[in-house]
Amino acid sequence: MLSRLYIAHASDIAARMLGGEMMIMSPRDSTLFTLNETASAIWQAADGATPLEEIVERHICAAFDVEPDAALRDARDLVEQLASHGVLLISEAPIP
Amino acid sequence: MPILVRTEDPAFSRMLIGRYGGFVNECGSPVFELDTDVVSAGKASDDEDDLRVRLEGGCWILERGDFHAECDFKRRRGRIRLAATPWAIDAVLRILHSLLLAQQGGLLVHAASAVRNGSAFLFAGISGAGKTTISRLAPADATLLTDEISYVRDGLAWGTPFSGELAEPGANTQAPLRAIYLLSKGPENRIEPVSAAEAVRVLLECILFFAHDGELVGKVFDSACELAARVPVRRLFFVPDARVWDLVC
Repeated sequence: MLSRLYIAHASDIAARMLGGEMMIMSPRDSTLFTLNETASAIWQAADGATPLEEIVERHICAAFDVEPDAALRDARDLVEQLASHGVLLISEAPIP
Repeated sequence: MPILVRTEDPAFSRMLIGRYGGFVNECGSPVFELDTDVVSAGKASDDEDDLRVRLEGGCWILERGDFHAECDFKRRRGRIRLAATPWAIDAVLRILHSLLLAQQGGLLVHAASAVRNGSAFLFAGISGAGKTTISRLAPADATLLTDEISYVRDGLAWGTPFSGELAEPGANTQAPLRAIYLLSKGPENRIEPVSAAEAVRVLLECILFFAHDGELVGKVFDSACELAARVPVRRLFFVPDARVWDLVC
């Protein structure tokens, strides 16, 4: 059983929603991310208090035709990638 | 933003005058002062991959094989040790301008630019996109601001002495920026719209910025987003044909 993950935006990131696409730039290495609709939904719900499973259930499974296990797997891949570039914080406990 | 460059080397001084003489600002007080130590030795380089820009103890350190600069932005002074080549001083001035501009919402962009009928047009693209080609095709009534590095600030495009294959400085003038064209070589001359996100993505690829500093990266990102929101950005496919300028408006 995978542990629960909590996610929150890093404090010094540059991000902006443009024409329905969320663009995020890593301050660490200037990598630019353009998030699609589902990834944007996860990003916008990253409040540090809601577990990733719940975010996926509420904002992805309820809105898109997607299988829950696959959606959670994809979400974990996404948040790990964003975290590796310093734009997202991941923790097994809520992030204040 | 005038930068004062001091040198005691007569040959280097002559080179500076020859290269930047058209951009001397006699009346403005400098925003930054640079003292230079010209050395004959030094690894010749114009390779950006070899470049390192970092903030160390409040000082920006700019390093490449042919120069080493330490710039204190609080005191607005710096010292460079550099080879007596145009490429070394050009690189230092570009980096310094990019850092100074970033703090004030301005940008240096890999783009040709020109003024026509009182409005400025930018033609952005990485190396090989056709910046010099579109500049060579410019009609007689266009004033070239640069065929390589454009200077954008406060809704204006300004001429720069930084040239590409044309090897000629731009005109020392400015005009309101009316449109940005993302250059692509194609089988015909045509314009295509681009999404806001695509415009920012391509602009960011073309912006000169070398410092991995969180605050400045954020400012450059915001400036690119604001530029794309304020000025129409389109994709310009073109063949080497002067009629491409009929599409520029």
